Amino acid sequence: MNPVNYLYLAALLFTIGATGVLIRRNAIVVFMCVELMLNACNLAFVAFSRMHGNLDGQIIAFFTMVVAAAEVVVGLAIIVSVFRARHSASVDDASLMKL
Amino acid sequence: MENLIALLVAAPLLGAAVLLCGGRRLDAVGHWIGTALAAVSFVLGVVLFADMLGKSPENRTLMQHLFSWIPVEGFQANVGFQLDQLSMTFVLLITGVGSLIHLYSIGYMEHDERRRRFFGYLNLFLAAMLLLVVADNYLLLYVGWEGVGLASYLLIGFWQHKPSAATAAKKAFLVNRVGDMGLSIAIMLMFTTFGTFAFGPVFQATGALTSGADAPGSEGKLTAIGLMLLLAACGKSAQVPLQSWLGDAMEGPTPVSALIHAATMVTAGVYLIVRSGDIFNAAPDAQLAVTVVGAVTLLFGAIVGCAKDDIKKALAGSTMSQIGYMVLAAGLGPIGYAFAIMHLVTHGFFKAGLFLGAGSVMHGMNDEVDMRKYGGLRKYMPITFVTFGLGYLAIIGFPGLSGFFSKDKIIEAAFAKGGAEGWILGGAALLGAAITAFYMTRVMLMTFFGEERWRHAPTPSPAEPSVEPAAETRGAHAEPHPHESPKVMTIPMIVLAVGSVFAGAFFGIGERFVKWLEPVTGFEHGHPPVSALTVTLSTVAVMVVGVGFAYAQYGRRPVPVVAPRGSLLTRAARRDLLQDDFNHVVLVRGGEHLTRSLVYVDHTLVDGVVNGTAATMGGLSGRLRRLQNGFARSYAVSMFGGAAVLIAATLLMRAV
Repeated sequence: MNPVNYLYLAALLFTIGATGVLIRRNAIVVFMCVELMLNACNLAFVAFSRMHGNLDGQIIAFFTMVVAAAEVVVGLAIIVSVFRARHSASVDDASLMKL
Repeated sequence: MENLIALLVAAPLLGAAVLLCGGRRLDAVGHWIGTALAAVSFVLGVVLFADMLGKSPENRTLMQHLFSWIPVEGFQANVGFQLDQLSMTFVLLITGVGSLIHLYSIGYMEHDERRRRFFGYLNLFLAAMLLLVVADNYLLLYVGWEGVGLASYLLIGFWQHKPSAATAAKKAFLVNRVGDMGLSIAIMLMFTTFGTFAFGPVFQATGALTSGADAPGSEGKLTAIGLMLLLAACGKSAQVPLQSWLGDAMEGPTPVSALIHAATMVTAGVYLIVRSGDIFNAAPDAQLAVTVVGAVTLLFGAIVGCAKDDIKKALAGSTMSQIGYMVLAAGLGPIGYAFAIMHLVTHGFFKAGLFLGAGSVMHGMNDEVDMRKYGGLRKYMPITFVTFGLGYLAIIGFPGLSGFFSKDKIIEAAFAKGGAEGWILGGAALLGAAITAFYMTRVMLMTFFGEERWRHAPTPSPAEPSVEPAAETRGAHAEPHPHESPKVMTIPMIVLAVGSVFAGAFFGIGERFVKWLEPVTGFEHGHPPVSALTVTLSTVAVMVVGVGFAYAQYGRRPVPVVAPRGSLLTRAARRDLLQDDFNHVVLVRGGEHLTRSLVYVDHTLVDGVVNGTAATMGGLSGRLRRLQNGFARSYAVSMFGGAAVLIAATLLMRAV
């Protein structure tokens, strides 16, 4: 199959993720959309790796996964503590740096 | 011999240092130390003079280089002395009259607990004045010039507990400062024009400039230097338009008025002009300005002198007028330089004598200065009367006395200027001689003749406040008991009176003084349009007329104790011909308007720009701040937008 199709898919996924980040209020959903964007990038990296015939893209994809895992740990912790404090997971409610 | 010059200046400087730093331990002997060091200076001056007389007239100048003061490559300021005939004349006058006045002050200041300090200041003055006249360059002269200004300030305000004295001191200092600006600008101009400010090189360069090929434009520079020097002379010598400080300076103790504000310091301006004669000779416009200033001042001072009831202020007007004569003569060029200095010396004698006489009268009259409260004092103060009388005859130019010889020569020289200028200047000088005779006769009659008006000392005088508000504050409420002053005061007066009688004849007969000064100042005979004898006779005639008028007004009729209202001119003259009002309206008000408009410009224009910039920045930041609203999603929009713009830009650049 033509690897360019993977790039189209990556662009589509990235757009869906970005739109989700911009329009959804729920922090968990925003978070998932961010993950979607990251994985769209990963897909693009792997596709380029295949197209260019070297492994750089695949290595970068692994790095991205590691970073995304770490980010999930920190991000979910923040979301949980914000929810405890405000009883809400809406990102718009947390517009001030105080309660 | 050269080393003595430095010693000449150092002796009074040492005196000042010792007396001012010595503290109360020296209270008992301070005045003797000060007088002794002044006398040492005088003796050194006489020794140098004797040495100078032993040489041929062309080789009399002594030069001494002491040390380099500010050696920078193109700018060499040296401390060096030049003692020639002109300086020598001043040295003898300053130390001679200075020593006599030191002696007199011992008696005059006897009851003043700050007498030691007074003598310290007097010595400081002597040192500065001697430095001024023996300096061999303009910068060192400037040091002395400022030094005498400082000493004058300290001594005018010596009785600083009196607000009037403190104000007068400040006024004198400030007005002098205007003149000092002139001198410093003149020195700067000299440096830029000639590259030096030492007397010899400057005068040589002046000669080269006027005769050389690069003459165009050089006269303008010389005129500028000359006018700045004239401004300096006006400030120091109380010439119009910077004359207003001298009358108030009479707040100082009388010996100060005699030494500084009559005999020596106020003549420094004349010294400066005569010393810079080569510059003025090359700049006729500046010279003309000098003569005009002199002529205007000699009339101005004389008119003021006629109206004052305060004996010292009348004498101050007279000083101004006599210095006007000297400046007039100095402006006439080589015809007049020697006569200017000759009048300066004779004036030093008789005016110092007159001031000491006035001080003696005040001493015996509980410090009363209002002549309307004097009268008939000749019986009580015979020595003062005789010495004052001789000074009086000398100043009005009574034939045979010193004022006659010196003033007559100046009037002659003024006529000899030629043309309409000569007639105007000569006429002014002649008119001045008549007024001089009038006001001096008035002083004489009001003080020593007539009824004894001090007997019924009236309750506080309702006289015009401008006449002498301080008279009462000196504490003269009880009826005074006029008495002759002690010997320590009368001896200097007698010596000065002898000088007033004989100095003129000694200098004038056979042109002895002119020949003495000729190597320095140059001399040429003037040719007045009328014969010299006619000038002399008319001088004597106007003098007699002046005396006659004064006798008719003050001798034959009793003098009212309270000053009559007087004519418009009299009232103006009592207010010093409105000099202070003029200064107030033109300078003070003008200055206020100027500062106000500057403040307005500052507030509107300068502050407007600054505040406008700040307000613009503030408004912009207010707008920008709205972007930071705390909503994570709006940040995300900016981020995406920014990224999109970056990528678009990158692609665009690639495409191009």
